[in-house]
Amino acid sequence: MHLVLFLIFAGLCLAGALNLLFQRHPINSALSLIVVMTSLAVLYLLLGAEFLALAQIIVYSGAIMVLFVFVIMLLNVSAEERTHGSRIAYLAGIPGVLALFAILASIFLSLTKNLGSAQLGEFLVTTSDLSRVLFRDLLLPFEVTSVLILVAILGAVVLARKEH
Amino acid sequence: MNTLLLFVLLSLLKVAIVTVILLTSVAYTVLLERKVVGRIQNRWGPSRVGPFGLLQPLADGIKLFLKEDIIPSGVYRPLYLLAPMIALGCALISISVIPFGAALRVHGVDLFQIADLNIGLLVLLAVTSVGVYGIALSGWASNNKYSLMGSVRATAQMISYELALGLSLVGVVLRAGSLRLRDIVNIQSAHGMRSWNIFGGFQFVAFFIYLIAAYAETNRTPFDLPEAETELTGGYHTEYSSMKFAMFFMAEYANMITVGCVATLLFLGGWSSPFGHLLPVIGGPIVQALLPVAWFVAKVFFFLFLYIWVRGTLPRFRYDQLMGFGWKVLMPLALANIIVTSLVLAIRS
Repeated sequence: MHLVLFLIFAGLCLAGALNLLFQRHPINSALSLIVVMTSLAVLYLLLGAEFLALAQIIVYSGAIMVLFVFVIMLLNVSAEERTHGSRIAYLAGIPGVLALFAILASIFLSLTKNLGSAQLGEFLVTTSDLSRVLFRDLLLPFEVTSVLILVAILGAVVLARKEH
Repeated sequence: MNTLLLFVLLSLLKVAIVTVILLTSVAYTVLLERKVVGRIQNRWGPSRVGPFGLLQPLADGIKLFLKEDIIPSGVYRPLYLLAPMIALGCALISISVIPFGAALRVHGVDLFQIADLNIGLLVLLAVTSVGVYGIALSGWASNNKYSLMGSVRATAQMISYELALGLSLVGVVLRAGSLRLRDIVNIQSAHGMRSWNIFGGFQFVAFFIYLIAAYAETNRTPFDLPEAETELTGGYHTEYSSMKFAMFFMAEYANMITVGCVATLLFLGGWSSPFGHLLPVIGGPIVQALLPVAWFVAKVFFFLFLYIWVRGTLPRFRYDQLMGFGWKVLMPLALANIIVTSLVLAIRS
């Protein structure tokens, strides 16, 4: 059951990601990204991370992507023109991607023993467990991150302020 | 395998029954609105079809089904067709986590709730936040400046008020210590009205913030700028006709019902009786099982009536007032409510 759901939503996630690259209209790409993020949320749910899954939908699919779509709508961005791209991108890009894939695959394969594994549907991370870790064991990094976000907000306000 | 099959069948039956009841109540909420607004404006409202106009929803439904389905030539077809489905789909999904009465299990299947999730409240927020796309995409795909204006307004308004809405619920969650809707109701059902979150839980500030933000989320007066007739013709659904228009219409009223349900569950003690144990126990087990549902329906009806009452009495906000109110008044108030609630809870524990 879990495996079937995993295959369906992993497939949906990959299809969305590919569609995101191949679509020429920005709004279609943005909608594909929403599909990717929502299927990722279902994968988190399958791994028992219920709070993370719903936070993914609320924050990414619901808030951030709405802003993307909003900006696309507001600026009325039209379909991009098809270009062939530079030759350097082909010469350096494709071998680069292949090399990165090979490095990552070899690292993961060699570290499988140390990394451990999580079975689908085996355990459940409840919201109270998560908050206990977040507000007791990892309190300092958590608060530092929130201050970082606050600084980013202040920076945005300063940058957006009109000069008088 | 047999129990799994039974579970799936019973769940499907439950989904079908709840959907039919929800859609019927949507139709009759429209009638209620026309009747009540009629009386507020000193006229009768619909009174010709059936006794007291009670068959008017049926007539409206037939009319909308039989209307010609026009798709304007300039629209972006895939999204134009998808948008009403997103709007109605999200509006219907959110009813699936709402408990209508005290837990009553038959063959291990809860009769009065479709899915009892321990993150039920978050699911409601998530579905609401995805529902924005229906309105946002409809306006953009219609290729009409009034539709686009309507959906841009709706998107900005819904993102802004979602924050205040989410923050106003934190106090309730802090008090219950759980995101499961049944737990939240259970801690309010000890002493009748005295233990409801709005009175005994001292969450009345959160209650009003929730109510105001929810009115803005459902695009109802006084926050109905996305479909302001006087300036935008129909707003985001200007170019929609026949059943596609009806889908937006049904989504709006289904969202109203959901908001009523959530406000009832979180602040007015859900299905628990306002008199606690003061009322004598009457009737057999069936009456005892249905009585909580009756209380629940009565409270939801109160919220629907409030929606209509507000629509009949209040004028529309100006757009800058709407945004300023959301960010400068509701947000700080909701944050202050969280701080005060958590301080009180920390001192008392």
